[in-house]
Amino acid sequence: MQVNEYKPLIVAFCCNWCSYAGADLAGNNRLNYPADVKIIRVPCSCRVNPTFILRAFQKGADGVILCGCHPGDCHYTSGNYYTRRRMSLLFSMLDYLGIERERTRVEWVSAAEGAKFAATMNDFAEKVVALGKNKRLEDLRCKK
Amino acid sequence: MQKITRDVLVSKAISLLEDGNVSHVLGWRKGEFDYDITPSVFSEKEDIENNFVWNDFCGANFSKYLVQKTRKLEGKILVFLKPCDTYSFNQLLTEHRFDRDNVYAVGIPCEGMADISKVKKICGEGISSIDFDGDNILVNTVYEDAPIVIDAKSVLSERCINCKSKKHVAFDELIGEEGEIIESGRFDEVEKLEKMTPDERFEFWQSELSKCIRCNACRDVCPACTCEKCVFDNPKSGVENKAPANSFEEKMFHIIRAFHVAGRCTDCGECSRVCPQDIPLHLLNRKFIKDIDNFYGEYQAGAEVGSRAPLVDYTTEDVEPSDIFEGRNG
Ligand code: SF4
Ligand code: SF4
Ligand code: FES
Repeated sequence: MQVNEYKPLIVAFCCNWCSYAGADLAGNNRLNYPADVKIIRVPCSCRVNPTFILRAFQKGADGVILCGCHPGDCHYTSGNYYTRRRMSLLFSMLDYLGIERERTRVEWVSAAEGAKFAATMNDFAEKVVALGKNKRLEDLRCKK
Repeated sequence: MQKITRDVLVSKAISLLEDGNVSHVLGWRKGEFDYDITPSVFSEKEDIENNFVWNDFCGANFSKYLVQKTRKLEGKILVFLKPCDTYSFNQLLTEHRFDRDNVYAVGIPCEGMADISKVKKICGEGISSIDFDGDNILVNTVYEDAPIVIDAKSVLSERCINCKSKKHVAFDELIGEEGEIIESGRFDEVEKLEKMTPDERFEFWQSELSKCIRCNACRDVCPACTCEKCVFDNPKSGVENKAPANSFEEKMFHIIRAFHVAGRCTDCGECSRVCPQDIPLHLLNRKFIKDIDNFYGEYQAGAEVGSRAPLVDYTTEDVEPSDIFEGRNG
């Protein structure tokens, strides 16, 4: 594996019922994914309001990914359908402001998809590494 | 340039007041200068006769004022609504922000309002008074003896150039003739931006948003922004105030401000009108409107009372966030 100096900070919002369990499964199965992925557990993907995503960037994230149950499988029936609309609009707006598209993502990961969770995180981290540090949405006041 | 005269509105207001149909009138009052017309409550006949204003600077949309005024004032309130204001009016009713029974709405036609920034670009500062003559605006300044004559059409505000409707979608009574919904070019500028490269877009917004002084006027004026507690007033939010040259804070504020009204913004244009820094805020709101139209089908907030805003709705077939850029470059 190539040694890379730069390690991105990635925030992954995972819903409690599917994706967080998926992440757990990935761990139990000893599947590798970058240690720089910081998971934040939320009750449902629709708990994540756009401010959370921006706040993560403000606090130094280089990429933010939001994982939830597959459409139709949300523990609260329809939460992720709202998530889907919200994030489509938010990501489109970020792109409109010139923020790199690859810094944000939504992925549906079920409790049984440990392998998908690991693969998604690896792929996402790779894309974020290619972009480098988050400059366009950084808050200098939050730099340590 | 307004076709309907001040006298018509003044006599309407006075007769409704004297007949006891309404006890207050929401109207426009002269501010410190002739061009900063202020929204105001009138309750006396003499006050209306002397101080009510109706001209090309009466851009203010009264819909939002109804939220507080209907709670504080006794009796019915007469409100004058231009076509675009009626959309905000409906949207607020949809959100149950005021009681319809406390309001008497009079729809009035509008020929488009003037943008004082455009006027000042022509005549400079030092405006001492403004008069109107047919299609012309006559501006007296402290530097010139004769008034500077400006064609009102040439200083129309952006939102009026791209007016989306001359039709009133709500009223109890209409003065003048009813207009039509207009196919405007209001998304053209958004499209231009979409065609730029991300770097160019970033540059564009960086230069616009860095002008923001975080006066919060855009939030305060917005009829879709009626929360009584706002994240931007929370001293712990980290984005509550202007941090000198903090580009994150500006972006956060603007993304969240526009997102919070996405699907509820009627594109009334008040935010861009009040911005003292002339930041084209409508380009953010219209981006959301355009995306909503593209992704979820055309939707005009405020067109009907009770319609469901796109962000509190869904279909199982909605586009995935990962697919929104398909077939789009840049
Ligand atoms: S965001 Fe601007 S255009 Fe939209 S409703 Fe509010 S003030 Fe009007
Ligand atoms: S009105 Fe203009 S300057 Fe004031 S906060 Fe809004 S965008 Fe910034
Ligand atoms: S509980 Fe997983 S998305 Fe709603």
